[in-house]
Amino acid sequence: MSLGTFTPVLTPFLVDFPFDAVYVRSIIAVSLYVSVIAVLLSASVSLPIALLMGFTSFPGKRLLTSVINTGMGFPSVVVGLLVLFVVSNQGPLGEFELVFTKRAMIMSQFVLATPPITAISLAAISGVDQNVRDAAHALGGTRIDVALVTIKEARYGIATAVLAGFGRAISEVGSVLIVGGNIAGAEGVSKTRTLTTAISLEARQGRYETAMVLGGILVVLVLLVNAVVVRLGDKGVQR
Amino acid sequence: MAIQRRRFVAAVGTSAIAGLAGCLSFSGNGDDEGASVTGETLTLTTTTSTYDTGLLGELNVPFQDMYGVTVDSVAQGTGAALETARNGDSDVVMVHARSLEDEFMRQGYGVNRRDLMFNDFVIVGPADDPAGIEGMDSAAEAFTTIADSEAAFISRGDNSGTHTKELIIWEQAGVDPGGDWYQETGQGMGEVLNIANQQSGYTLSDRGTYLSQRSKIDLTILVQGPIEGGPELLANPYGIIAVNPAVHDNVNYDLAMAYIGYITSPQAQDLIENYEANGEQLFFPRALSEEPDFQQYVPEGWSANTTDS
Repeated sequence: MSLGTFTPVLTPFLVDFPFDAVYVRSIIAVSLYVSVIAVLLSASVSLPIALLMGFTSFPGKRLLTSVINTGMGFPSVVVGLLVLFVVSNQGPLGEFELVFTKRAMIMSQFVLATPPITAISLAAISGVDQNVRDAAHALGGTRIDVALVTIKEARYGIATAVLAGFGRAISEVGSVLIVGGNIAGAEGVSKTRTLTTAISLEARQGRYETAMVLGGILVVLVLLVNAVVVRLGDKGVQR
Repeated sequence: MAIQRRRFVAAVGTSAIAGLAGCLSFSGNGDDEGASVTGETLTLTTTTSTYDTGLLGELNVPFQDMYGVTVDSVAQGTGAALETARNGDSDVVMVHARSLEDEFMRQGYGVNRRDLMFNDFVIVGPADDPAGIEGMDSAAEAFTTIADSEAAFISRGDNSGTHTKELIIWEQAGVDPGGDWYQETGQGMGEVLNIANQQSGYTLSDRGTYLSQRSKIDLTILVQGPIEGGPELLANPYGIIAVNPAVHDNVNYDLAMAYIGYITSPQAQDLIENYEANGEQLFFPRALSEEPDFQQYVPEGWSANTTDS
């Protein structure tokens, strides 16, 4: 988790900051760590599902699609509660002592990010022109070749999907607050405090300026990731 | 009661896990049952008032250095803090609502309660005081007056220690608060002070949080608590309780007791005594007394010949 890349970007924000940089950096690190891991796990589950659903038809596919679409709007607070029940000392995973840890936060963000990533990549894959698939077939391509061509065509949509999942993960506050507990050590190093939960804490303490600065950092982070993903997805294809 | 709760939580958890896809690899932490607590983590659930005033950070640093441990403080409000402890998700609780603490002990979830410190509650409101409660020496009378004039009153509404106290005062006032003027926010003390400030409303606040935010808000103290000679009803004592290891065998009981020992020690009580925000003392130590104070260990009104159900 090196934040070296972000430091130049954050420098304007760190002027006249009421905290030491350690506090802010550790909060950013926790935010990124939790959201990135959650989105990677989520993508590794979502993309195969979306591909399978995009290339096959089976009874109940429409129902499954609408379930996934519904999941996109699932309230994060409810996800947080369910994950809390699972990881609580009395829940099924109680023995692992996951409550108030980053792992529990990753679990809840995984649940939150999976539906949008699945749904948006599915839409992108389904949206690839049938002519492209036919042409690939006509040129003697195997099913694998056709799939690869389709993925290549849909890569922008897939990148958008992953980005949407990341956006949902890094900017939600309800579930990580419940399962993570917004903990920072007495020396000011964040354990489970993310940008969003730190903002809510600062607002609670009436430190609106600090809350705004943290909000600015959050927006810059999201825009940065956005820019990176767009560039990746946009190589050579002008839409 | 306790058993049903546990069944419910387990049932909900099991059904929820059925809906959790993905295989995260978890490694349990191999706790070796050594005598040393070094390197361990204590989970403390506490109230927003101890956390937001900055007192807790001040108190925890020496303890962490002394034992080489980490204290994870989760600021939730008294009701939620006790609930987290009931589920065995914290090792020790620092709270301020004696009725809720007593219930927690009676149910067998908490052991070794100690009085820790106190401050008091104050009724704050806009300086122009539309309801005209300034200087009243009865909290109930002030609340009745606010209700009669239907001036905006912002309630915590979150089952916290402060909210519990507020409801006790309404009960004494014989008023069932409701209507457009009475707003339950469900938020922490700091947020409620901000909302009351924005809306020029009244609220009940612990003195500590009010003092630590006073420079940012225009609200003034209209009814004082006992520290400044106000009614005893506005007293705000804090207690600290270890979670019962016989109920939850996963809790870090040794470290919880070390923490209770530290925080009721002359050293920590001194820190509490000397902790200031904006030049004002926020909390008053209460753990040290030459007189025996048996009441702190047991629920109020408890005696050996009453049987608690």
